Amino acid sequence: MRPLIVIRRVPKIDFMRWHLLGFALSTVLSIATIVIFLTAGLNYGIDFVGGTLIEARVTSGPADLAAMRSKLDSLNLGEASLQAFNSPGDCSSSPPSCVLIRLPEQPGGDAAQMKVAQMARDALGPGIEYRRTEVVGPTVGSELIRAGVLATVLALGAILIYIWFRFEWQFGVGATIATLHDVITTVGLFAIFQLEFNLTTLAAILTIAGYSINDTVVIYDRMRESMRKYRTMPFRDLINLALNETLSRTILTVSTVALAVLSLLIFGGEVLKGFSIAMLWGIVIGTYSSLFIAAPILYYVQPNRRAIARTGDTADAPPAEHASR
Amino acid sequence: MLYFANWKVLLISGVCLLGVLLSALNLLTPAQLAYLPGFMRKQVTLGLDLRGGSYLLLQVDVAAAQRERLNTIVDSVRNTLRDAHIGYTGLNVEGDALTFTIRETDRLEEAKRDLAKIDPDLTVEIAPDGTGTMKFSAVATETRRRQAVEQSIEIIRRRIDETGTKEPTIQREGQDRILVQLPGVDNPEHVKALLGRTAKLTFQLVDQSVTVEDARRGRLPPGDEILPSADEGRGRGSGGAAYVVRKRVMVGGDTLTDAQATFQNNEPVVSFKFDSVGGKKFGDATRENVGKPFAIVLDNKVISAPVIREPILGGSGIISGSFTVQSASDLALLLRAGALPAPIEIKEERTVGAQLGADSIHAGAVASIVGVILVVIFMVLFYGLFGIFADVALLFNLCLMLGALSLLGATLTLPGIAGIALTMGMAVDANVLIYERIKEELRGGRSMLSSLEAGFTRAFGTILDSHVTTLVAGILLYWLGSGPVKGFAVTLSIGVLTSLFSAILVTRLQIVTWLRRLKPKAIPL
Repeated sequence: MRPLIVIRRVPKIDFMRWHLLGFALSTVLSIATIVIFLTAGLNYGIDFVGGTLIEARVTSGPADLAAMRSKLDSLNLGEASLQAFNSPGDCSSSPPSCVLIRLPEQPGGDAAQMKVAQMARDALGPGIEYRRTEVVGPTVGSELIRAGVLATVLALGAILIYIWFRFEWQFGVGATIATLHDVITTVGLFAIFQLEFNLTTLAAILTIAGYSINDTVVIYDRMRESMRKYRTMPFRDLINLALNETLSRTILTVSTVALAVLSLLIFGGEVLKGFSIAMLWGIVIGTYSSLFIAAPILYYVQPNRRAIARTGDTADAPPAEHASR
Repeated sequence: MLYFANWKVLLISGVCLLGVLLSALNLLTPAQLAYLPGFMRKQVTLGLDLRGGSYLLLQVDVAAAQRERLNTIVDSVRNTLRDAHIGYTGLNVEGDALTFTIRETDRLEEAKRDLAKIDPDLTVEIAPDGTGTMKFSAVATETRRRQAVEQSIEIIRRRIDETGTKEPTIQREGQDRILVQLPGVDNPEHVKALLGRTAKLTFQLVDQSVTVEDARRGRLPPGDEILPSADEGRGRGSGGAAYVVRKRVMVGGDTLTDAQATFQNNEPVVSFKFDSVGGKKFGDATRENVGKPFAIVLDNKVISAPVIREPILGGSGIISGSFTVQSASDLALLLRAGALPAPIEIKEERTVGAQLGADSIHAGAVASIVGVILVVIFMVLFYGLFGIFADVALLFNLCLMLGALSLLGATLTLPGIAGIALTMGMAVDANVLIYERIKEELRGGRSMLSSLEAGFTRAFGTILDSHVTTLVAGILLYWLGSGPVKGFAVTLSIGVLTSLFSAILVTRLQIVTWLRRLKPKAIPL
């Protein structure tokens, strides 16, 4: 049984021709993210800032947001945010009968926080099924932020050290910049569209860091191999060659992961939405950054080719047809 | 390449078979599972976000307990210094320390010696100018903290057991936190109310020598305290909004052996029984104070202050107040379970209703299955027969993941299901790497067998590198993440490990078998 779709030839795309454009685009994206992050900030979920989240379903038909809002406003708990939504299962009716209610953190510490859900339930009255209630006090929220930032920094650090250990330090620099870029721009996506940034988003970002590095490592592996094989090839051509030789793998892998994530986004329900959006963006940007940032950076911080060639073991000797001479 | 040692074939098939069996165990109902021997009763535990239930993160306020203990020591310090005729000023509790100033600076050593006798856990320091502080030593504080948390867990367990919640999990988290998981509880307000109360019960005499108004104006007799009535705000109390009571405790709630909600004159009341020590103390105290009122104090509020008409010698009694049926049965429950050693604060609550849980399982399952099917089709489209090999490996990988989760007793959460779906997408990456490499070697003019060999060996280093980086992210997530995110980290990490096995070994075994049996002339790539 033969494959139906075959990529026969190694493409000859001049990736290096576009790398400055890629650098510029990524710089703009990163700076924009930082600016928006500092001005508008992120739309933090209650995991990080504390507060109350209630997922409710009106049992008798579509949800009347205005009426619910006015009932909640009478409690003087601060601005309630209500958002009707559809998702597979009990919440699939249209117009939607399910509502996500977010109430801000209350002054008066954890004790005041824990009363909010009951107050909201009392105010909204009967005829409502409470599907989910999450209340996070301010202390836990700030701890989670700290743990999240720590996890991201440590993940980047650990991956950098691993690459350093397996490759030359120049590869480590490239991989770190590319991964940092992916993390920053994913945060940027959430900042620009003010999507809710919560614990699962953070999990997605760490996974993206892992995935993006994965992608970069495959290309770096190939570059190192080519450096041993073609000792005199200009470095620019060598980068292009490595990218082209791995291109079909890059496309196939990004496709399979994207298929899995798309399926999560479409069928996974409301709880996984933020995660799926972050992942989908992350694998696209991670692939882009491997091609247009991680690889071209090495053109500027060139690894010592002679040293790499020396470390090459004989098993990696090129077949005769591939010889560069 | 063609050679695969028999033991390896057996091992690989064995692991796959085990994975299939272990994951198949999850299809059994609990009743069917009960027929199996114990070592086979392994199923994936569903997280609260999938089965519905309530998750509460509590913090034991050890500092508050310590402050309270310092407050009781104030009296001892006062008495000690007075008995020794040492003058002092400014005796106070400040933060975690007790501060005072000794006026007679020539008797500092003596003061220090006497004060040190009060409590061995306290360190006493007095500066040459007479200012002194008393603090709990670091070791004592740590011991206290540990004891307080352990005791709290025990008391919380008893309280929750009394409410009839099935299979609660109560475990320590970090230094002074307790994680309570209540499967099936979709409105934890009652549990929260029960956990939020210290339930420290004491019987103390009411001091009638002074009115509350006078005491509030600063004429509080030494050894007395003003306690508010529990009725305040409810407007039903007849004895006023506060009481002046003796600080000395006649009997404490720790001597109770039983408490039950019952009725007296059609009013809900709580009846209680003392143990022998408590009964004797209570009998003695009531005999000496006939005709005087005593206060029944719960968490520093006076529930009621009945007058002692006759000595109560039977070792049992009744607390009446303005109870409802619910509040009487709650109080009885709290008294039976015992008082918490320190106040508890609820820091985090996450409750998922059973319906959302069911919806989530369904959504997660559909998303995973659709994801797998898409990936399977994709691989066949691009790799034909080799794609089928990869797909078979992928399905074994899924079984191995579920099997490993069952074996480890790991908890599956919704993000965990997302981790499974994601792994399905990423697992074939190893196959893609190998196959692309084989194609490349074929293009380079190598023979069929040597291309296959080179594809596997050369892709291996790359696969290892890429898996390690994902594993690093997964381990960090597990370490630093909380709740559902931990579930994601577990499935992601397990998936990375099982896919390493299935994508390389299971695929290779299939290809070798195919080569041997069908003796193909070319590789269909």
